[in-house]
Amino acid sequence: MRLNEQLEALHKEYEDVKPGSVVLMEICGTHTMAIAKAGLRQLLPEGIRLISGPGCPVCVTPAAQIDRILALSDRPDVIITTYGDLLRVPGSRRGDTLARHKAGGSDVRIVYSPMDALELAQQNPDKNVVFAGVGFETSAPGTAASLLAAAEDGVHNFSVLSYLKTTEPAVRTLLKDTAHPIDGFLCPGHVASIIGAEAFRFLPEEYGVPAVVGGFEKESVAAAVIRLAHLVHHAQEEKNAGETTGTAGDTESTGTTETAGVTKAAALENLYTRAVTAEGNQAAKACMDIVFEPCDTEWRGLGRIPGSGLRIREAYKAHDAERRFFGTEGEHSEDQQTAEGNGYTGEPAGCRCGEILKGVLSPEDCPLFGRVCTPMDPVGPCMVSSEGACAAAYKYRGIL
Amino acid sequence: MEDSGMCLAVPLKLVEKNGKNGMGEFDGAMRRVRLDFVPMADLGDYVLVHAGFAIETIAPQQAEADRKAYKEVMDALK
Repeated sequence: MRLNEQLEALHKEYEDVKPGSVVLMEICGTHTMAIAKAGLRQLLPEGIRLISGPGCPVCVTPAAQIDRILALSDRPDVIITTYGDLLRVPGSRRGDTLARHKAGGSDVRIVYSPMDALELAQQNPDKNVVFAGVGFETSAPGTAASLLAAAEDGVHNFSVLSYLKTTEPAVRTLLKDTAHPIDGFLCPGHVASIIGAEAFRFLPEEYGVPAVVGGFEKESVAAAVIRLAHLVHHAQEEKNAGETTGTAGDTESTGTTETAGVTKAAALENLYTRAVTAEGNQAAKACMDIVFEPCDTEWRGLGRIPGSGLRIREAYKAHDAERRFFGTEGEHSEDQQTAEGNGYTGEPAGCRCGEILKGVLSPEDCPLFGRVCTPMDPVGPCMVSSEGACAAAYKYRGIL
Repeated sequence: MEDSGMCLAVPLKLVEKNGKNGMGEFDGAMRRVRLDFVPMADLGDYVLVHAGFAIETIAPQQAEADRKAYKEVMDALK
């Protein structure tokens, strides 16, 4: 079926659905951009609300973690190496960015790959080269490989400040928020390349939430969203049918069970089979496992999520910037001072990125959006990151 | 081919291979690529690359569609 036929069929399916009552979430910065560029939201039936979740790794790095990177950059013996995205992200002080520190004389270099950072370390033996390790499971294996290479080749002056995060714990945290139910997930394609499509099986199985792994071209993202919307609708129809035909009252009857919401119809589908297998990339997963172990870490907007971070194992501590410069045992420690679990502590005043990242607020609903906070003068990371929800909304605003 | 958003994976054609190190081609430009996670990749294969690391091999006909899409997204990010 061609895309416009699929859309027509979807509109029919959703014609009696209350506007905005079905919530689909994507959790991948590239999907955020692709969806915005395609103007997909305007094409979907009104019953569907397509929201952006915490899919932009730069955006979910809390201000306190950015502050640490900024502090390191001021050391004369340090060269900070980073993906370009991080350069203009403010820490807890408005306008305080790596770009500003660089302009002030700090040695900050944009790299494409952690291997470039390693090479820089080899070329500058008298400096400490620190790689700002921000990212999800797509970036983690490469970061791990750079640490393995550093250890193997004895590049003592290379270290990584690991703020890497994993996807599943964050998704589970989002699903726990019953005030903001999510009915379907569009799963990140390249994270799935690494961890495998099956890594998302928990969504239908434990939460009764359909999930589709999507690719990235316009048509591909659209097809994935449409398919997801269809699966969600189908699952809800099944659930409603079960409730109306099930026996009333008597909880001991076999018709209705207490595992409410986990319908048989909830499914996981992989629409990005060209790049995603069921089990993912074993070599990449193995590399991650050799170098990293899970730890608790803080997400901007979501607070502290147990087991959601990756820290460098003891065996590679010689290349752990956390230990080297902050003297801590691998975890982003009391320095965070966000023990209250309040994701907003230390964030710039008025910034609503936390709610944006949870998909609870749309960019346009943030009072600062487009007025005070613009790509030229961003307040929070959602506007400055090339994959941030606000950056996408701003760039493609006016697309009908 | 400049530094792009982090999550973007660009399909390169593998034209050189030397252990874990390789060279990939896109749009006439050559780019170093690490092959740690695609041990089965051969010369002429297309690989999806993220932050300098090949993360998956992809079939040639699909690679061409991806390469076109990548250009689109890159243009959008400019």
